[in-house]
Amino acid sequence: MAATRALVRGVRLGSYSIGRSRSLIFNSVQRRGIAACVDPSIGLTDEQKEFQKVAFDFAANEMAPHMAEWDQKEMFPVEAMRKAAQLGFGGIYVNPDVGGSGLSRLDTSIIFEALSTGCVSTTAYISIHNMCAWMIDTFGNNEQREKFCPDLCSMQKFASYCLTEPGSGSDAASLLTSAKLQGDHYILNGTKAFISGGGDTDVYVVMCRTGGKGPKGISCLVVEKGTPGLSFGKKEKKVGWNSQPTRAVIFEDCAVPVTNLLGAEGEGFNIAMKGLNGGRINIASCSLGAAHASVLLARDHMCVRKQFGETLSNSQFLQFKLAEMATKLVASRLLVRQAAVALQEGRPDAVSLCSMAKLFVTDECFSICNQALQIHGGYGYLKDYAVQQYVRDIRVHQILEGTNEVMRMIIARSLLTES
Amino acid sequence: MSARVLVGVKRVIDYAVKIRVKPDHTGVVTDGVKHSMNPFCEIAVEEAVKLKEKKLVKEVVAVSCGPQQVQETIRTALAMGADRGIHVEVSGKDYETLGPLQVSKILAALAKKEQADLIILGKQAIDDDCNQTGQMTAALLDWPQGTFASEVNIEADKLKVVREVDGGLETIKIKLPAVVTADLRLNTPRYATLPNIMKAKKKKIANVKPADLGVDVSSRLEVLKVDEPPQRQGGVKVETVNDLVRKLKEAGRI
Repeated sequence: MAATRALVRGVRLGSYSIGRSRSLIFNSVQRRGIAACVDPSIGLTDEQKEFQKVAFDFAANEMAPHMAEWDQKEMFPVEAMRKAAQLGFGGIYVNPDVGGSGLSRLDTSIIFEALSTGCVSTTAYISIHNMCAWMIDTFGNNEQREKFCPDLCSMQKFASYCLTEPGSGSDAASLLTSAKLQGDHYILNGTKAFISGGGDTDVYVVMCRTGGKGPKGISCLVVEKGTPGLSFGKKEKKVGWNSQPTRAVIFEDCAVPVTNLLGAEGEGFNIAMKGLNGGRINIASCSLGAAHASVLLARDHMCVRKQFGETLSNSQFLQFKLAEMATKLVASRLLVRQAAVALQEGRPDAVSLCSMAKLFVTDECFSICNQALQIHGGYGYLKDYAVQQYVRDIRVHQILEGTNEVMRMIIARSLLTES
Repeated sequence: MSARVLVGVKRVIDYAVKIRVKPDHTGVVTDGVKHSMNPFCEIAVEEAVKLKEKKLVKEVVAVSCGPQQVQETIRTALAMGADRGIHVEVSGKDYETLGPLQVSKILAALAKKEQADLIILGKQAIDDDCNQTGQMTAALLDWPQGTFASEVNIEADKLKVVREVDGGLETIKIKLPAVVTADLRLNTPRYATLPNIMKAKKKKIANVKPADLGVDVSSRLEVLKVDEPPQRQGGVKVETVNDLVRKLKEAGRI
C-alpha cells in the first residue's frame, strides 16, 4: 500500500479548465472528515453526501493549497471562484431557469461548511454573492432575473450586498443613502461602508431611502459598476477575510434606472432582512467548516507533539479540551442544519432559529478555533500554520450580517412579544 | 460508433485515512471509516466519459461488486457522466473474501451479457494493490489487454494504447473488444457538478446476484494474518566510506 500511496501522491501533469489542479502532495490541512464522531456526513442523504464530497474535494484541491497566499497577498481569487461556479456553486439556491442549482438551504449549508475548510474568506464571499443572486432571483421581475442572474450564477459577474453605512450598522433601518426619483431614474447620494467585494465586483444590491424615515422608507436598487457617480473608497486593511477586498461604496448623484428597482418602493428593508436570514445560516456554516478543520488540526498536532516524555494526546486536560471542542462542533452543526431546514420550510420560528444559529455557532466556533490555536502552542501563532488563519478569518463572523448582539435582540423580541 | 463501455469501480477506504489493523489481526478496521471510490477507478470513469463526449462510444455502464454501500460509489460514477449502473450484490463473508479472480469472472459474464465492446478498469485498487483484475478479465474473455494506460485512442476498430512500463513508454495497437486498465497519468478526473449529481439520481442502477451470472464467488485464498509494517529502526552513523562498505558487507547487503 505504501508504494501505491507514493504513486498516488505523484504530481499530475496538466489540468483542464474544469478538471482539477490536483496537487496530490498530500495537504496535511485537509483530512477530509476523518474522525467518526465529528464526521459532517452523518445523517445526510446520499445526494447530500455527493454534494459535500464535491465541495470537500474542491476545497482540498483548489482552495486549501492557496489559502495562505490569498490571505498574505490579499488576492481576490477570481479564477478559483469561477471554477467553483462551473460546478454550480455560484447560485446554489437560485432557480435553475436562470442558471442556479435550485438546491435547498440545508444543501447550501453543507456545501459552504465543506468549502470553508479550504478557505473561509473566499467561501464567505461566495456566500454573500449567492445571497445577492438569490435576492434578485426572488424579488426581481423576469427582466431583472434574466438580466442579472445567469451572469451571477456563472460568476461572469460578481455581486456585493450594500446595507451598512458609516452611521448605521446595527441600526440598519436608520440608513441615510437617499434615492430621489427623477423621471425614469433614481438619483442616489450617500456612502456604504465595509462592503465585501466593493470595487472589484460588478453588481451592487443597494438598500437606499426612497421614502420617509424608518424601515418602510427603504427600497432595494441594483446598481451596476461603471454607472457614473459610483465610486469606491480605499481598500481596507483587515485582520482576516483578506482574500476579499472591502471598500466603501460612494454614490454622488448616481443615476440608476427605475427598472433596477427590486420589488416595490418601501420593500427594500424586508428584502434585505430576508436575504440576511439565509446569509446568517451561510456565515454560520463557514464558521463550522473552520472549526471542523481546526479540531482535526489540533488532534493531529496532539498526536505528534511530545512534551514531558509523551505526546500531548496523553494529557488528560488536553483530551478533555478536545472533547469539549468536538462536542461544541457537533452541537453547532445540528443547530445550523435545523435552522436551514426551518428556513427552507418557511416555518414561523425560522427567523429566530437563524438568529440563534448565527449567534451560537459563530461564538462557539471561534472558541473552538481559538482553543485549537492554543493547543498548537507557539507554533499556532506562526503564519506557517493554518490554524491562525481560521481564527482570524472567522472572528468577523461574530460581527457582520448582524452582530451577535443584534441576534440577541431578535431572539428576545420574539420571546417577549409572544407574551 | 455504437460501442458500449463497462467501467469497474471499487469502493475502498479513502486514501487519506490512517489505516489501523484489527486487534485480531484478521484484517483492517473498516467500520465507521471513510470510504470512497478507488482513485484509479475515478480515472477509468473519466476516460470512459471522455470517450462518450468525443462520440466514440455510445453508453458508459458503471459496475461495482459489494454490499449496499457500493451504490454510493456507483452514484459517484453516474454523477461524473456514466449512463447507468449495475450493482452486483455480494455481502458478508463473501464480500470479505472477494478478490480479483471472482470479480474478473463477474466482469467477464457481464461483458458478455451487456455486449460490451470495451472494459476500462483502474490498474489496481489502493487497498489490496493486486493489479490482477484487468489482466484476468481479459484472459477469461480472451480479449486483448492494454494495461497501465497513460493514453488511449480509438482508431477505426483498433485501440492505440500507450503503456507506462518500467523501461519507459510502450505503444501497442490492440483490436476491439479489449480491456484497458488506467494508470495515474491517463487523465485528471473531473469534479461532479451539482446539476450532474442531481441528474444522477434519475439514472438507473440494476441489481444482479453473482449466481444470476453463473459465477461462484467462493475464494481459493485464505488470509492467515494481517500485520502492520515493522517499526522503523534507528540508523547508524559511520565516519568514512570504507566503514560504510564494511558495514554493508557485514549486514549481507552487498
